[in-house]
Amino acid sequence: MVPALRIAGVTKRFGTTRALAGIDLEVAQGEFFGLLGPNGAGKTTLISALAGLVRPDSGRLEVMGHDVQADYRQARLKLGVVPQELVFDPFFSVRQTLRIQSGYYGIRRNDDWIDEILANLDLAGKAEANMRSLSGGMKRRVLVAQALVHKPPVIVLDEPTAGVDVELRQGLWRFIRRLNGEGHSIVLTTHYLEEAETQCGRIAMMKAGRIVALDSTGNLLRRFGDGTTNLEDAFMRVMKEAA
Amino acid sequence: MIGFLTLLQKEILRFWKVGFQTVAAPVVTALLYLLIFSHVLEDHVRIYDNVPYTAFLVPGLVMMSILQNAFANSSSSLIQSKVTGSVVFMLLAPISYRAFWAAYVGAAALRGLLVGLGVFLVTLGFTGARLEAPLWILVFAVLGGAVLGTLGVIAGIWSDKFDQLAAFQNFLIMPLTFLSGVFYSIHSLPPFWQQVSHWNPVFYMIDGFRYGFFALSDVSPWQSLAVVGVCFVLLAAVTLELLRRGYKLRM
Repeated sequence: MVPALRIAGVTKRFGTTRALAGIDLEVAQGEFFGLLGPNGAGKTTLISALAGLVRPDSGRLEVMGHDVQADYRQARLKLGVVPQELVFDPFFSVRQTLRIQSGYYGIRRNDDWIDEILANLDLAGKAEANMRSLSGGMKRRVLVAQALVHKPPVIVLDEPTAGVDVELRQGLWRFIRRLNGEGHSIVLTTHYLEEAETQCGRIAMMKAGRIVALDSTGNLLRRFGDGTTNLEDAFMRVMKEAA
Repeated sequence: MIGFLTLLQKEILRFWKVGFQTVAAPVVTALLYLLIFSHVLEDHVRIYDNVPYTAFLVPGLVMMSILQNAFANSSSSLIQSKVTGSVVFMLLAPISYRAFWAAYVGAAALRGLLVGLGVFLVTLGFTGARLEAPLWILVFAVLGGAVLGTLGVIAGIWSDKFDQLAAFQNFLIMPLTFLSGVFYSIHSLPPFWQQVSHWNPVFYMIDGFRYGFFALSDVSPWQSLAVVGVCFVLLAAVTLELLRRGYKLRM
């Protein structure tokens, strides 16, 4: 079976800064995968390269077997990305935003799925509200909704719960786990390590543009802990050893 | 195709939602130009023998409104999307760079044409309608809107902040449109400035457009069509190459 993501020898520099220093990684279909690292580790650059927002200096990235440069249309159809920045178009309502996003992916009359997403993200009551009137947490959930309008087989969540309260965060995870259960591959970056520990079956830890640890969550906890260790402790040890 | 149509529809909705600012206000501005210039110059200036100055002025104002608003639409929409970050939603989607260009230029030209139509309708009461060759009017209106819409895409991509876009607008677009024969015939200029005007592509847009109203022009409408057509092809080629490379859009 073709992997959900295949990343081979990817490097990227911004001026003198080496953002990605040779990344090799495969994520299998149906995985719930965590991509962790401190600020500046290269996580967002790697996600941006997958999404075609950043062009790597070398290497190859594929989404469901489609090269993100040569076969960008198919690759982008298979990928849904929740960007880290809280961005929105102030001209439109939530529903208009999601209809427009559906259209970008070639889908008309997507209201049944849009309603389902809105209900699952507790946004049904805000469907007709202008984006400007939403709180930060609501805008974040609209970003999640936008990434899901075309039912992508691979979903990348770049810090999806920042600024979202606990109750809504749990609702969001229930929905994402359901999608994962239905076969969607999930890639998560987060600074809430307990979320990664709970949700992710496998984790890669990045530092200074490199992957410094890659294993199942259980193995990482065993390798870098004493049986009572949580992921945060393991993460700190990995980062220390990689220094 | 649906991606293109959606982006086009979104761009049209964007300016339509603020129609007072994007359509009504430029019509009022053009009307003020007409009132002031026609009041001051009607009895003093005669460009063509059988065309009163106010009637001569109207096509120039209509075309100037089309051009300025087409440029304003694509450039302001793009820079807003870049500054707010919402451009990412278009960049993440499987929309080709050709569809991206066509949608922005299509919406820009449409706004230009709506404003132009508005200016034409409100000025009818002052001059009446004289349409000698309507097809030329349509050709130059659409092509002029597309040229300036394309230039707006270049400006929107190149500018990183509103200040840079304002410089593009004030130091390039405004002089090109004002010094193009909107308010006068270039034959009334000294020989040197006549020569300079022939290097201004906007002169050909306005002169060809005006030919459609009076069947009178400073140069042949076919020559104007050739110049404007070449400008469009060149600018479109530059813009498509910038978009294909992802210049200032994809790192």
